[in-house]
Amino acid sequence: MPAFDSPQRKGRFMSSHNALPGFRLSLGYTLTWLSLIVLIPLSAVFVKTMELSFEQFWAIVTTPRVVASYQLTFGASLAAATINAVFGLLLAWCLVRYSFPGKKIVDSLIDLPFALPTAVAGIALTALWAGNGWVGSIVESQFGIKVAFTPWGVLLALVFIGLPFVVRTVQPVLEDLDFELEEAASSLGANRWQTIRRVIFPTLLPALLTGFALAFARAVGEYGSVIFIAGNMPMVSEITPLMIITKLEQYDYRGATAIATVMLIVSFVMLITINSLQAWTAKRNGKIK
Amino acid sequence: MSIQVRNIKKQFGSFTALGDISLDFPTGELVALLGPSGCGKTTLLRIIAGLEQADSGQVLLDGEDASATHVRERQVGFVFQHYALFKHMTVFDNIAFGIRMKPRGQRPSEAKIREKVFELLKLVQLDWLADRFPSQLSGGQRQRIALARALAVEPRVLLLDEPFGALDAKVRKELRRWLRKLHDELHITSIFVTHDQEEALEVADRVVLMDHGQVEQIGSPEEVYRHPATPFVYSFLGSVNLFHGRVDGQALRVGENDIVPHADHAFDHGAEVVAFARPHELEIDIDPASTAGIAAQVSRVLSFGVTARVELEGVNGASGQHFEVELTRDRVAELAIRNGQLVRLVPSRLKVFERQGAAVAPN
Repeated sequence: MPAFDSPQRKGRFMSSHNALPGFRLSLGYTLTWLSLIVLIPLSAVFVKTMELSFEQFWAIVTTPRVVASYQLTFGASLAAATINAVFGLLLAWCLVRYSFPGKKIVDSLIDLPFALPTAVAGIALTALWAGNGWVGSIVESQFGIKVAFTPWGVLLALVFIGLPFVVRTVQPVLEDLDFELEEAASSLGANRWQTIRRVIFPTLLPALLTGFALAFARAVGEYGSVIFIAGNMPMVSEITPLMIITKLEQYDYRGATAIATVMLIVSFVMLITINSLQAWTAKRNGKIK
Repeated sequence: MSIQVRNIKKQFGSFTALGDISLDFPTGELVALLGPSGCGKTTLLRIIAGLEQADSGQVLLDGEDASATHVRERQVGFVFQHYALFKHMTVFDNIAFGIRMKPRGQRPSEAKIREKVFELLKLVQLDWLADRFPSQLSGGQRQRIALARALAVEPRVLLLDEPFGALDAKVRKELRRWLRKLHDELHITSIFVTHDQEEALEVADRVVLMDHGQVEQIGSPEEVYRHPATPFVYSFLGSVNLFHGRVDGQALRVGENDIVPHADHAFDHGAEVVAFARPHELEIDIDPASTAGIAAQVSRVLSFGVTARVELEGVNGASGQHFEVELTRDRVAELAIRNGQLVRLVPSRLKVFERQGAAVAPN
C-alpha cells in the first residue's frame, strides 16, 4: 500500500506543550465563574436540606401530593420536549429548505417565547384555551377536551416555552447539511423517504437531541406560564415548582429545598443521560470529541 | 453502454451554461470533459446523471431517451468532488448503501451484500478499512470508497465530477494512474470532469474541450495537444507563447519592427492574426545584428530540470508581453544567456489563427 494511505492522525488534546496558550487561565476563570453562578447557589440547596434528618427529608419528598407533582412535571416536560422535537424539526426544515413569503417574520416569531415574560404567555394561553376562550370553546365543544386548568394546559404551556430550543439547534445543522449527500443517496437508488430516514435524520440526530435536552430542562423548571393555565388542583395539576413556592410561602425553607433537591437530582440524571446519548450519536457522525 | 446528448441547452438566469451541446460517448471509453471553471462541464455531467434538468435537449442512455427519468432510475454511478460519503456510516455501510436501498424483492441477503462489499473493497484495495468511519480516512481513501460505493449498484455508466480536485498533487497523480488501471479492468463507460489539462490528457481515451458552454474540440489526447483546433484549445493545453500580429507577405509582422518569417499560412495580406508557439518551439538568437524574430529581453533563466527555461519580456512590438522558451541545458550553456540580455525569438513552428473573436484561455 502506498504511503499516502496513512490515516490522518489527530493531535492529543492536552500535550505538555500546548500550542494554544492560556489553558490554565481560561479554565481558572471558567471554574470560578461556574462556581459563583451555578455551583454555590445549587450547593446551598443541599446545605439547607442537610438541616433535615433523612426521615424528615424522606417524609417531605414522598408526600402523595408532592409525588403527584413530580409525575406531572417530569411527565409533561418529557412529552412537551418530544412534541417540540417533532414539530421543531418540521419547522426548522421548512425554514431552511423552502422559501415562502413572510419567512423572515416566521423566523423571528420563533424566538418570541424566549422574549415574552412567561406570566404574559401563561395569561394569553389561558385566555385562549379556557372554556370560554377562542380556541378552548371550540376544542371543548367539538372534542370534549378541557385544556385550561387541567394537565393538558400544563403540557400546552411547556410546549409553547420549549419551541425555540429545537428549532434553533437543528436549524444551523440543517443549513450546513451538504446537498450532495442527498444527491449521492438518490444516485444510489434511494427514494426520498429512504434518504430522509437513512441519511438526513441520522445527521440531524445529535442536534435534535441537544434541542430536546434544552427544551426538557427548560420545561422542568418552568413556573410562570404554567401556574396560570394549570389551575393548580392538588394531586391533578400542581407542578413541582409550585410545591416549592407553596412551602416557601409557609416559611418552610427546609421543606422547599428538600423538594428542590429531588428536582435537581432527577433533572441532572436525565440531562446527563440525554447528553451522553447526544455525544454518542455525534461520535457516530464522525465528529470525534 | 453508450451515452449520447442531443442539443442540450441550459440557462441559469441570464447566464448560458450550455448552448446547444451534442456529444457521443461510445461504450467502454473513458472520456474527459475539460475546460476552465464556469465552462459548463459540470452542468453537462449533472444533466447526464439526472441531477440537473436541461432546458431543452435529450440524454440518451444506450439509445433510449432518459431525459425524463429520475436520477434514481438512471443507474448511473456518480462520484462527487468532495466525496459526499455518509459520515454516520462505516465504510462498509457506505458501500452497502446502494444495495440496501433496492426494493425488498431485488435486495440480496446480508451475506451476499457482505460478499459484494468486500469484493469492491478489494477492488479499491481498502478491504482493511471496512469498519472505519469516513472521518478516519485520508482524502485519497475517501475518494476510493466513494468510487466503490458508486460501483456497488452496478451502474451502467460512471460519472466523476472533479474526482481528484480536493486532493493534494501527489495523491492526485497516484489516483489518476489507479483510475486508469481500474477502467482498463472494468471497461465501464465513464465520463470525468476536470479543469486540469494534464489529468485529462494522461487519463482519458478522449478529451472533450469546453469553453463558455460550447464544445471547442473533441479528440484523443494526442490529437488535441498536437493539433489544437482553436486558439482557446491551444492556449488551454500546456504553456504557450502568444503573438498578436499582421500578415505581411511571407511573414508576420509583430508591432512595427519585428518580423517573423512564416510562409505557411492561408491568410490575406494585412489580416490581423494571433500566432502561438509552444516554449520548445522557440529558438533564441543572440546575434545582435540579426533582424528576424521578436525582440525580447531575458528576465530569468531557470535551469533546474532536465530542460532549462528562459523567461523573457518583449521589448519592441511585443512589449509588455511575457515569453517562455524551453531549451536543453547544454544549449543554454552554449548561448551563455545572461539576465537582461537583448535577444531575438525565432519560432521553429507557429500556429496562426485569425484574430476575430479569438477566445484565448487565461493561462
